[in-house]
Amino acid sequence: MTLNAELSRRIYTDMWRIRLFEEEALRQTSLGTVKGTLHTYCGEEAIAVAICAHLRDDDYVLGTHRSHGHCLAKGAPMDRMMAELFGRATGSCRAKGGSMHIADFSRNILGANGIVAGGIGPGTGTALASRIRKSDQVSVVFFGDGAAARGPFHEGLLFGSLWKLPVVYVCENNGYQQWVPRKNVAVVDSVADMAASYAIPGVSVDGQDLEAVYEAAGEAVERARRGEGPTLIEARTYRFYGHSLGDMEEYRSREEVDDWRENRDPIKLFSAWMKERQWLGDDEDEAIQAGAAAEVAKSVAYAEESPLPDPEDVLTDVLDTEWRVSA
Amino acid sequence: MRTIALRDALREALHEEMARDDSVFVIGEDVIAHGGPYTVTQGIVDKWPDRIFETPIAEAGIVGLGVGAALAGMRPVVEIMYVDFITCAMDEVVNQAAKMRYMTGGQASVPIVIRLPCGPARLVAAQHSQIMESWFMHVPGLQVAAPSTPYDAKGLMKTAIRSPDPVAFFEYKALYVSEGEVPEEDYAIPFGQADVKREGEDATVVAIGGMVPRALEAGIALEDEGYDIEVVDPRTLAPLDMETICESVRRTGRAVVCEMDSSFAGTGAEIAAALAEQCFHDLRAPIVRVGSPHVPMPFAEELVNVTVPDVGDVSAAVRKVMA
Ligand SMILES: Cc1ncc(C[n+]2csc(CCOP(=O)(O)OP(=O)(O)O)c2C)c(N)n1
Ligand SMILES: [Mg+2]
Repeated sequence: MTLNAELSRRIYTDMWRIRLFEEEALRQTSLGTVKGTLHTYCGEEAIAVAICAHLRDDDYVLGTHRSHGHCLAKGAPMDRMMAELFGRATGSCRAKGGSMHIADFSRNILGANGIVAGGIGPGTGTALASRIRKSDQVSVVFFGDGAAARGPFHEGLLFGSLWKLPVVYVCENNGYQQWVPRKNVAVVDSVADMAASYAIPGVSVDGQDLEAVYEAAGEAVERARRGEGPTLIEARTYRFYGHSLGDMEEYRSREEVDDWRENRDPIKLFSAWMKERQWLGDDEDEAIQAGAAAEVAKSVAYAEESPLPDPEDVLTDVLDTEWRVSA
Repeated sequence: MRTIALRDALREALHEEMARDDSVFVIGEDVIAHGGPYTVTQGIVDKWPDRIFETPIAEAGIVGLGVGAALAGMRPVVEIMYVDFITCAMDEVVNQAAKMRYMTGGQASVPIVIRLPCGPARLVAAQHSQIMESWFMHVPGLQVAAPSTPYDAKGLMKTAIRSPDPVAFFEYKALYVSEGEVPEEDYAIPFGQADVKREGEDATVVAIGGMVPRALEAGIALEDEGYDIEVVDPRTLAPLDMETICESVRRTGRAVVCEMDSSFAGTGAEIAAALAEQCFHDLRAPIVRVGSPHVPMPFAEELVNVTVPDVGDVSAAVRKVMA
């Protein structure tokens, strides 16, 4: 599918939904209503929305510690996500997971992940399942540049390639791994170059450029769906906020952050791109932002009105206690 | 005596041991930036830029390299950002580090310290809140330390670094900022020596790591009820000083064993079993264990509060053995 005005507006709306959801979540942490930590996706939104625009409801998505964007782009209900951050019984994971573990299996969002590279093996495994079942579902695994150092990245890509599994590996290379610049701890600049070792296509794209990510993703998803195997997409990007809450950001300059925010904001860039094509008027733009803001406000109200978890629920969900072996 | 925080005590131990012995070096994620999330490795890069390595996110590599460097005569101090991530390097810990001396008929020495920040803090849920001491206790060839005070942290860290064998060093995140007296002069605390943190006559409360301050608080609260408890902190779980624990239980005749981790197949289970074997006839009431229910750490505060044992749980257990 090529980008048209309608699809672009939908994608653009999702970018705002993610941006405003997270900015509100950050604000709520300062009020103490959202507890724990948050790893925000602000600045990286183009990647999740461009990739997920190619996915069907039954395609699988696995994420990272920074997955609010992945979940919203794949269709997770915002109100339940906000309720999860608020630690309410109505949250996506019934207040057991929190920001780092949001999942919504009804949309085949198999979860954010607190373990760097933790989703790569399981994501490849969902693709194996699709292969065995002869379904044409595609799996997308998102991970940061830091994950490319870990064994599960290498083992996952090997299996994916060896068995030509329908999986797309999406590396969000934001140049930092917590507080360490990637260049201090990596030997290849582009994670896409690592695809060569596993004999799969490796594509590096500007992650702030929605159209570029959209096109690379389209090819990769189609290739996977055709049964031709995995692709590794590296999307070069930047996170606007600190690694997580309370990050003093001593490892990067204010100017660098301001420059990205000013000149490389994927939302601003895509808005301009649409406007150039007359696909987005100023009024529509405002309406989209207002609509996203209203949805966020509604999600906060939902979270606030939702009950706290019942302490007794702490014991449930460890195992399926209803299950009995059948003869 | 001066008072410093537990993380400062650990940092001092590292600096002093690095000054004392050129073979000590530090390796881990983000250990240069800020001196790690807990600031324990702060300042090392300024003094010994060649002996601190900030790594890619690759725990198996970090521990594996540590084991190799240790085999070659160095003394690595490895930081694993959260104990939860040590599972990514379990082969290196269990099959490479722990068994090497034995498998080689005593030829190998693996003097590695693996620092494992642990425990619930800041509501970060199931993959960033574990404790896991009992996993390591169960591996022959590993030593396990779990200090509860700045004094113990510094003295045990020195022993850990000087030890010729691997040490899993548990640091309760919630205790990093807790303060206590630490002398300026050099000292080391031998492994396998429990410490009586509070003397008492009525019941022995064995408390591990993060449960020690809670047991001490319970001790104060229980005074009002007329109970005078003794709090014993094993300080190292392998080796485990059952002698001191048994000596106390023989005197009091009652035992409560507290850990913050799930009590199922846990640290307290080993202690309780050893007490049953060694002090059965001195016990005037069944041993009571305090620990968390057997669940992964939830996210919401209301759920965490009923998961992590607190002062009230310790007090309730004491009342039970006193009844
Ligand atoms: C196995 C493992 N090691 C370390 C961590 C701690 N940690 C969480 S996020 C992070 C940095 C990840 O960097 P990257 O993969 O580039 O993702 P980004 O945060 O930049 O999106 C680290 C070190 C972890 N969660 N899991
Ligand atoms: Mg990164």
